[in-house]
Amino acid sequence: MPSTRKARAPAAEAYADFMARAYTMELEATERYAQFAEQLDTHNNRDVAQLFRKLAEVEALHAKRILAEMRWPSVSALVPAYAWDGAEGPETAPFDSLHYLMQPYHALKIALRCELKAVQYFEAIAAGTGPQRVRAAAAEMAAEEREHVKLIRDWMKRVPTPVAGWDYDPDPPGIGE
Amino acid sequence: MNAPLTAVPIAAKDFKSDYKPVWCPGCGDYSVLSSITKALATLGLRPENVAVVSGIGCSSRIPAYTTCYGFHGVHGRALPAATGLKVARPDLTVLVASGDGDGYSIGGNHFLHACRRNVDLTYIVMDNHVYGMTKGQPSPTTEPGWSSKLAPGGTGLREFHPLVIALASGANFIARAFSGDPNGTAALIAEAVRHPGFSFIEVLSPCVTFRPEQRGWKEVVHPAPVAPTDDPGRAARRIMTDDGFNIGVLYKGNRAPFRLAAAGATHASVDLESGFRL
Repeated sequence: MPSTRKARAPAAEAYADFMARAYTMELEATERYAQFAEQLDTHNNRDVAQLFRKLAEVEALHAKRILAEMRWPSVSALVPAYAWDGAEGPETAPFDSLHYLMQPYHALKIALRCELKAVQYFEAIAAGTGPQRVRAAAAEMAAEEREHVKLIRDWMKRVPTPVAGWDYDPDPPGIGE
Repeated sequence: MNAPLTAVPIAAKDFKSDYKPVWCPGCGDYSVLSSITKALATLGLRPENVAVVSGIGCSSRIPAYTTCYGFHGVHGRALPAATGLKVARPDLTVLVASGDGDGYSIGGNHFLHACRRNVDLTYIVMDNHVYGMTKGQPSPTTEPGWSSKLAPGGTGLREFHPLVIALASGANFIARAFSGDPNGTAALIAEAVRHPGFSFIEVLSPCVTFRPEQRGWKEVVHPAPVAPTDDPGRAARRIMTDDGFNIGVLYKGNRAPFRLAAAGATHASVDLESGFRL
C-alpha cells in the first residue's frame, strides 16, 4: 500500500484495507478460474473450459469495479500477500476440485461452493465490530454474493445432472514425457 | 541463496513460461508450480538467477513451465546434474524437482548422497505415492495394502520414509508441505531456499487420477505442533513418530554447506576442461 496511508484516519485506512482484501479475493478467484479453463482446454473438455472462462470474466469484472470505486490506478502495487483464515482466499476454488471428465454441473457446483464461502466471509465482517463504513461495504458485497449464489443455482437447473459413474474411464490418461 | 536480487520487483507470473502444463486437471503439481513461482517472486529473484533441474515423471515437467534456466534430465539423476551445476555456478539458485518414483526409487541412491554432500540446493519432491505418468504402478511411498489393477492386493512392502532418510543422511533443512495450501508451500520453499545447504521439502501432492482418495488429504493434514529443531535426535523422534501429515519445517540444521575450496579442490573448471581439449 502507498505510504500516504499512514496519514489517513484509522477508519479510512480500515476501509482501504478491506477493499484491497476484497479486490485480492476477486483477483485470486479470477486467476484460478482462468487456470482451470486452461487445464480443461488441454484435456479437450471444451464445454467446461468455456464455463470456467466465463466465471473468470465475471470475477474479473468485480475486481475492476473495486478498482474503479477506489480510484486505484494500478493493480499489482496494491496486492498484499494476505494470510487468509483458510489456505487461500475464501472465493478461490481449490486446485484439486477438477477432474478431466467433469461436466458443466460440476464446475457450477465448485462455483457455488466458492460463492457461499464469499457470502459467509462478507457477512461475518458485516456483523463484526469494525468501522461502520467497512461493515456497510461488507454487507453490500454479501448481498451481491447472495445474488450470485441464486444465479448459479438457477444455472445449475439448466445443465444436465451427471449420472453415476460419470468419472469411470477404463484407461485413464497418461502423459507423454 | 546467493543470486542477486532484483532491482524492480517482479511477480510470480513472470516465472511462468508460455507452455501450458499437461498434468491431469486437479493434479497437485499445478499448485506446486504456482508455489514455486510465488516463492521465487517473494525472494526477489529474477528468472536468469535461477535454474530448475528435474528427472523424469509428471512432476519433472516443471522446468519447462518456468522461465528460469531448466534442465529436464535423466530418470532419477536430477540431483547429480543439479549438484554439478551448483558447484560450477554457485551464483545460481538451484531448485530440483522430482517425484516419489524418480526421487526415491530410480534416484534413491543419489538422494542419500546429495543429503550427505550438503550442497546448497533446494530439493522439492512431489509425493503422490504412485507412478502417475506410467498409469499407476506402486512407488516406494505407496502404502503396502494399496490394491490396484496393477498391484492386486497391494505390494505388502513397507513404505520408504524419505524424511527420516534425509535426516539420517545429513540434509540441513527438512520440511513437509501440502499442495492444497499453495501459499503455505510457497513460504516453505522460500525458507528452504534461504537456508544454506541441502534443503529437502516433501510436498504431499495428490494424484487425482490414479489415487482419487488422496483428495481427502486436505482433511487430515495439519500444522506441525512443535517449532523446528536443530537437534537431529529430537527431529528423528518427531519424524519417526509423526502421522505423515504434519506440515511445516521439521528440522533446521546448522551444518556448513559444501564448498569446493573447502573440499580441497585446487582446479578451476577451466583447468579441468583444458585437460579434455583435443
